[in-house]
Amino acid sequence: MSGDEPPPRVRVTGPDRRPRPGPRTGDIDDETRLGAVFLDSLLREQLWLAMRILLTLGVSVAGLPLLFLLAPGLADVRLVGVPVAWLVLGVLVYPWLVVLGWRYVRRAERNERDFAELLEEREP
Amino acid sequence: MISATALPGVIAVVLVSVATLAIGTWGLRLSRTTSDFFVASRTVGPGLNASAIGGEYLSAASFLGVAGLLLTFGADMLWYPVGWTAGYLVLLVLVAAPLRRSGAYTLPDFAEARLASRRVRNVCSLLVVAVGWLYLLPQFEGAGITLSAAIDAPRWVGPLVVGLVVLISVGSGGMRSITFVQAFQYWLKLTALLVPAAVLLVVWAGDRAAAPGAPFGGRGEWSMPLADGGAQGLYTTYSLIIATFLGTMGLPHVVVRFYTNPDGRAARRTTLVVLGLLGVFYVIPPVYAALGRAYGVGTLDGAADTLVLDLPRLILPGLSGDVLTGLVTAGAFAAFLSTSSGLTIAVSGVLTQDLTGRRFPEVTAFRVATVIAVAVPLAATLALPDIGVARTVGLAFAVAASTFCPLLVLGIWWRGLTDVGAVVGLLVGGAGSIAAATWTLGHSRGGAGERSWVDVLLTQPAAWSVPLAFASMVLASRLTSGRVPSHTRRFMVRLHTPEAVELDRS
Repeated sequence: MSGDEPPPRVRVTGPDRRPRPGPRTGDIDDETRLGAVFLDSLLREQLWLAMRILLTLGVSVAGLPLLFLLAPGLADVRLVGVPVAWLVLGVLVYPWLVVLGWRYVRRAERNERDFAELLEEREP
Repeated sequence: MISATALPGVIAVVLVSVATLAIGTWGLRLSRTTSDFFVASRTVGPGLNASAIGGEYLSAASFLGVAGLLLTFGADMLWYPVGWTAGYLVLLVLVAAPLRRSGAYTLPDFAEARLASRRVRNVCSLLVVAVGWLYLLPQFEGAGITLSAAIDAPRWVGPLVVGLVVLISVGSGGMRSITFVQAFQYWLKLTALLVPAAVLLVVWAGDRAAAPGAPFGGRGEWSMPLADGGAQGLYTTYSLIIATFLGTMGLPHVVVRFYTNPDGRAARRTTLVVLGLLGVFYVIPPVYAALGRAYGVGTLDGAADTLVLDLPRLILPGLSGDVLTGLVTAGAFAAFLSTSSGLTIAVSGVLTQDLTGRRFPEVTAFRVATVIAVAVPLAATLALPDIGVARTVGLAFAVAASTFCPLLVLGIWWRGLTDVGAVVGLLVGGAGSIAAATWTLGHSRGGAGERSWVDVLLTQPAAWSVPLAFASMVLASRLTSGRVPSHTRRFMVRLHTPEAVELDRS
């Protein structure tokens, strides 16, 4: 084939300028009742998530002084030669905090994704 | 003359100071473009940003104070590092993403934007200065302790050196938004604490015979994560937990760092990385405490405060011990410089906006503010020796938890907050905790033994001052519910909707 063959035809199109039914973000911008419902649901969802994580933190970490007060014998319990209090509060608590934080970040981002998808849906 | 054993320490201090100043001035030339670049194109990744937060956050209390407290009092002092780390988890779930989305650069900015009130802003500015100064005090004191232990300098030399270096680097504007410097400081501190600890552990494992005591031998109290004294001990421990868990989000130099995140999602991821970095660091101080116990380091005459600096020389006499002490000194000095710089910037920023800005032209105003920001805590440090590094930091956390924590949490999650409510809550929480802190600093280091409940309640105020602040903020807002700002809903939308959703965010 010769080199001066014209290149294949390409359809050139501009951005779609047809008016389309707007996404639901308008409801939030306009502060309609529907927008308020959407925002409230996101807020409630995120607040519950935060409370669940904080409650887990409270029971698992902040509960330890109470546990040691009720069972003072725990101070003498050892694992591999190290007293449990030092093992738990000196080492194990840190990966646990990261696990809690990681769980929070995943769920919070999922809530936001759901919210965004809900808003992007076209209105009928 | 400087003795041979002090030489590595002197070299370390000079190196760290010169490096900080050099990067500061070099950054001055770069900072215009770099900060524009960082904030405008927003490409600071979570890893770098988290290192910078860690570098700024790990202060003298973390580097020196914790190990000494652990050696002296035992496992209940583990709540300091645990609380300082858990505070970031609380910050992550309640504050991180909305705070970034608010677009506020400082706490007063956030308060003014949320409540549309100058008055709230002014109260916040006052409190930023109070918390900042309370937190600068132990940094300067720690510097004095370090230099007198490492190179036998008089106690006033350390505060003066740190004050001067901070003054020059902040005053020249160099440290302003240089994320790299702070990030570098984190890794320097981690190395300076980790390497000597690893070497000393190996030495200890090699000559167990030389160590008279086992690290965890003796009375079980040392392994009790609860302060002595029955109900008083329980109160003290929980008050400390409340102060540290809730106070982190209210520290002025922490909030500023969130602004460099590109968006709310990145703010969360950055905080998650910070949790990891702090965890890695805080595993090390207990090693020093345990080794100190194994080698029979006493806790009298302030020996505990300088445990981290003395231990290498004690376990490894000779040049290698001196070199390790030099390394630890470098890390400690980096800790004072980075935290003090961050705090000084936060305090002088507020002073510039609300105090000196009206009297001087812009750059002069910032420099005058910086001088005031450094001079006041410096003078206080020289006048009040021996206030206890970690304990003073604990009080700063208590004040932050009693003021900015309710403001941030209610401001982000509750529509009903009003300007009057915020001011009442801030004043109640602030007055209570600051009065307690002042009383404690005046009566520092009281004798052990019987303590009255008043003493206990004032030394650890958070357990009563935080609920009081929350309650008064909610109550006063309810009573003035007509004053809820009209833009509240719009502002909440901005705080909580992900950036991916296109909204009118004006």
